[in-house]
Amino acid sequence: MIRVVLPAHLRTLAQVSGEVQVQLQGPVTQREVLDALEARYPMLRGTIRDQVTYRRRPFVRFFACEQDLSHEGPDAPLPDAVASGAQPLLVVGAMAGG
Amino acid sequence: MSQVRVLVGTRKGAFILTADGTRDQWTVNGPHFAGWEIYHVKGSPADPARLYASQSTSWFGQVVQRSDDGGGTWQPVGNTFTYDGVPGTHQWYDGTPHPWEFARVWHLEPSLTDPDTVYAGVEDAGLFRSTDGGREWRELSGLRRHDSGSSWQPGAGGMCLHTILLDPTDPARIFIAISAAGVFRSEDAGTTWQPVNRGLRSEGIPDPNAGVGHCVHRIAMHPSRPDVLFMQKHWDVMRSDDRGDSWHEVSGNLPTDFGFPIDVHAHEPETVYVVPITSDSEHFPPDGRLRVYRSRTGGNEWEGLTAGLPQKDCYVNVLRDAMAVDSLDSCGVYFGTTGGQVYASADAGDSWSPIVRDLPAVLSVEVQTLP
Repeated sequence: MIRVVLPAHLRTLAQVSGEVQVQLQGPVTQREVLDALEARYPMLRGTIRDQVTYRRRPFVRFFACEQDLSHEGPDAPLPDAVASGAQPLLVVGAMAGG
Repeated sequence: MSQVRVLVGTRKGAFILTADGTRDQWTVNGPHFAGWEIYHVKGSPADPARLYASQSTSWFGQVVQRSDDGGGTWQPVGNTFTYDGVPGTHQWYDGTPHPWEFARVWHLEPSLTDPDTVYAGVEDAGLFRSTDGGREWRELSGLRRHDSGSSWQPGAGGMCLHTILLDPTDPARIFIAISAAGVFRSEDAGTTWQPVNRGLRSEGIPDPNAGVGHCVHRIAMHPSRPDVLFMQKHWDVMRSDDRGDSWHEVSGNLPTDFGFPIDVHAHEPETVYVVPITSDSEHFPPDGRLRVYRSRTGGNEWEGLTAGLPQKDCYVNVLRDAMAVDSLDSCGVYFGTTGGQVYASADAGDSWSPIVRDLPAVLSVEVQTLP
């Protein structure tokens, strides 16, 4: 079970509170986690990554295990602690603006 | 007794303001979608319980929301706005080619007859249509593919398709306006388009009389007389009596002919409202006095309406989609400001009072008149 922490605006949009969890059968990568997340919560499509290019939106970041994973490839394995459910994947709205 | 529902989009959420037909006592409901920019909320003329809202942020992109109960509850619907085919380029601010990129939905225009059909005007300029209540969107790409498309250029706010007018007498006729390309008309329900900008004159573009390239801020029509269009251009208030084939200036005695919104009285097709703004570099009312100007002669002769509006130290703006009218016997006029005030007049503009004073900056105002 993969744990994902969404930013507040996306929790509201998805009508969830706290962490969400997704189940993966195959490798635990950004792409697989986001595919599963969007399948379970279709209203999140387009809010974390572009729906056509699948590129991460510029003001969204991915953190886990005190690392910034935002620039990792979408098919790179996520840390073992995320894959095991010991640590969540954090989807973060970047601090930006004034 | 009739009821009025005012749909307000702001920089930080949507608000729904309701009153009975007297329009004396108002209830403020919101924020809906708190923290998100709500460019536009509009109800279906065919089913007033059906509302559509454009919700976006720079962080999380575009969401479209739909309500089937007049704004009591909402559900996110489709937010995939993919340009048809290879979108190509338009001009960037510096004149270089720039790829067409979807940014946001500026305006949602529900069909006059079918609650499930709704048009979306987007940035970068394009027109999309959904026929299933907002779940799926398809581009009416004949507009963007017009021969002039590669020469379109953004205005300061982005290259937005901000106005969609549906002709109530001819379902095949649609008008749209783009900053800064101009007005386009379709006679075949959006398949093909022609620019209708003859008579517009814009200093500051290479050819002031160009067929395309004008910064049109807003156009309006009265439903009983769809051949007549009114326009607030970047500078100049204009009028067309032939469905946009030709335009002539009707700025007349306005203190300044710069501004953003323009609208028409619900029962008097020759009564028009604008909010003059000082200039393109000073987006606030002249002399710090917030005045709506009304013409009862279809333009040229304008009277300033000031009763109840601040007449000193007022430096707000009124954006292009932030004015609307109701259709009660005594026509109500409404507008919102970048200072967060929503003003209402229940007597066609003779007197005004704020419904609410301290909302986030208002991006759009629409009104529904309910039985």
